[in-house]
Amino acid sequence: MVEGRTVLEGGEVARAVSAAEVAPTGYAWQVKAEGLRVRAGRKMAVDGLDLRLGRGVHGLLGPNGAGKTTLIRSLATVLRPASGTLEVLGSPVSGRLDLRRLRRALGYLPQDFGYYKRFTVREFVEYMAWLKEMPKRDVPGAVQRAVERVGLADRADSRMKTLSGGMVRRAGIAQAIVNDPELLLLDEPTAGLDPGQRVRFRELLQQLGSDSCVVVSTHLVEDVAAACTDVVLVSGGKLVFQGTPDELAAAGGPDDVGDSPIERGYSALLGGAW
Amino acid sequence: MSEHASAELIARYAAGDDLPGDRLWAVESHLETCELCRLRLADVAPPQVTALTAAVWAELEPTGAPVRRRRRFAQWATPSFLPWLAMTAFVVLAALFVDGVLPVDALSSAVLLIAPIVPVLGVAAAWSRAMDPAYELVVSTPRAGLQLVLRRTFAVLVVVLPVLLLGGWVVGASPAYWLLPCLGVTSVTLALGGVIGVRRAAVATAASWAVLVIGPAVVLGGVPGVLTPGAAPVWAAVLVGGAAAVFFRSAAYARL
Repeated sequence: MVEGRTVLEGGEVARAVSAAEVAPTGYAWQVKAEGLRVRAGRKMAVDGLDLRLGRGVHGLLGPNGAGKTTLIRSLATVLRPASGTLEVLGSPVSGRLDLRRLRRALGYLPQDFGYYKRFTVREFVEYMAWLKEMPKRDVPGAVQRAVERVGLADRADSRMKTLSGGMVRRAGIAQAIVNDPELLLLDEPTAGLDPGQRVRFRELLQQLGSDSCVVVSTHLVEDVAAACTDVVLVSGGKLVFQGTPDELAAAGGPDDVGDSPIERGYSALLGGAW
Repeated sequence: MSEHASAELIARYAAGDDLPGDRLWAVESHLETCELCRLRLADVAPPQVTALTAAVWAELEPTGAPVRRRRRFAQWATPSFLPWLAMTAFVVLAALFVDGVLPVDALSSAVLLIAPIVPVLGVAAAWSRAMDPAYELVVSTPRAGLQLVLRRTFAVLVVVLPVLLLGGWVVGASPAYWLLPCLGVTSVTLALGGVIGVRRAAVATAASWAVLVIGPAVVLGGVPGVLTPGAAPVWAAVLVGGAAAVFFRSAAYARL
């Protein structure tokens, strides 16, 4: 039993919530972008995007090359916006300000993330917790909790190189959530997960979205329908649609291409662009 | 509490004697607030109680190895740093070989000529995407910034300086010739890194050094002026200037 945690009925693990966590935030939106333009190489991959995201799970949909990954990387403060304004958790990202405070509240799973093969899952997540400047005494408990949440507790002390693709991705999700981020950015998190794991992952997403802002980029429309409270559709670096999954489904008619209402809405909104 | 419980009372309480209700109540409420008397109670506790508490404490001990060497290492250098280490040793060995093959008077020592840029190559390697598989994860974290840059630079210097000292000793190039230039070039690289990115800065400094110092030295022979002990004050000034620039622009390292 780790200090500050309680096992609830059904094995669910609860955490002691500090006063700082329940204090009202000083901002209206976790993510606020106006006329955002971000360069990826020579191409302007995000080109004049206006976006406001609050709490909940936001599914980021769009065709390949729509600028989803570039948008997520700029939210993760990896890329500097070329122009426009971007505010993440109330602090502007564009300026030359100290990003440390903001980055402590971020969780980020890149699309292709590298790791050190000789590390065990626990060492990997602990190392990421250290990089996120978590207090030393909180690290072992937080790491155990993150590893349990993604269902890797039994493999926590296995080397990363012995894991399957789906397990590596779950270890990646564990490092993203280890610091209980206020803004969680997941780029294609369900790639490589089998159907059972995807269902469990969606449940985890719903839990996480209840008290933080989660942005999930995906190309799997059923993920959006099942787990997201909000859909953000981008194409050509611009926002095409933002609304609930039901509103997205309502946008499509019986003549549009697709097997499900959401797919038909997706193709209707993108026109020929998909 | 103004008064502590008597030793006799604590002993009787610990032994489970039948104390009168009011005294029992008083001693218990005193023990709740007084650490000293709790310690005295622990001293006289019967063995079955101490055995029980020892067992409980043993259960509460954290399991597993808290000190993880791999992670400790990663706080200073990426695990992919090791191949680079081998490469550095190889570069110095190659310079030694050149020194051995060419006549001594023909040109200044190759070890001496490359010494100032060997750590720079290390700094470049520590920040390249190709050398650090977790680069994308690391750059989005709060520690990615000046602190991590300095940690990795320090790790590079800790490895490189002894190798260079050894190589310099073998060919007779005194540290007086190359140590300050070496640190000076490293600090200029870091200062420039705040503007154009550490990796690009390292490549730029290494290339400039090759063109401006190594090239002329190979063509003209002799020890270049910048590597003579007379240039030491200049290098000291460069070192201090570079360090100051790094210090005052520390926020710029947040994006690398």
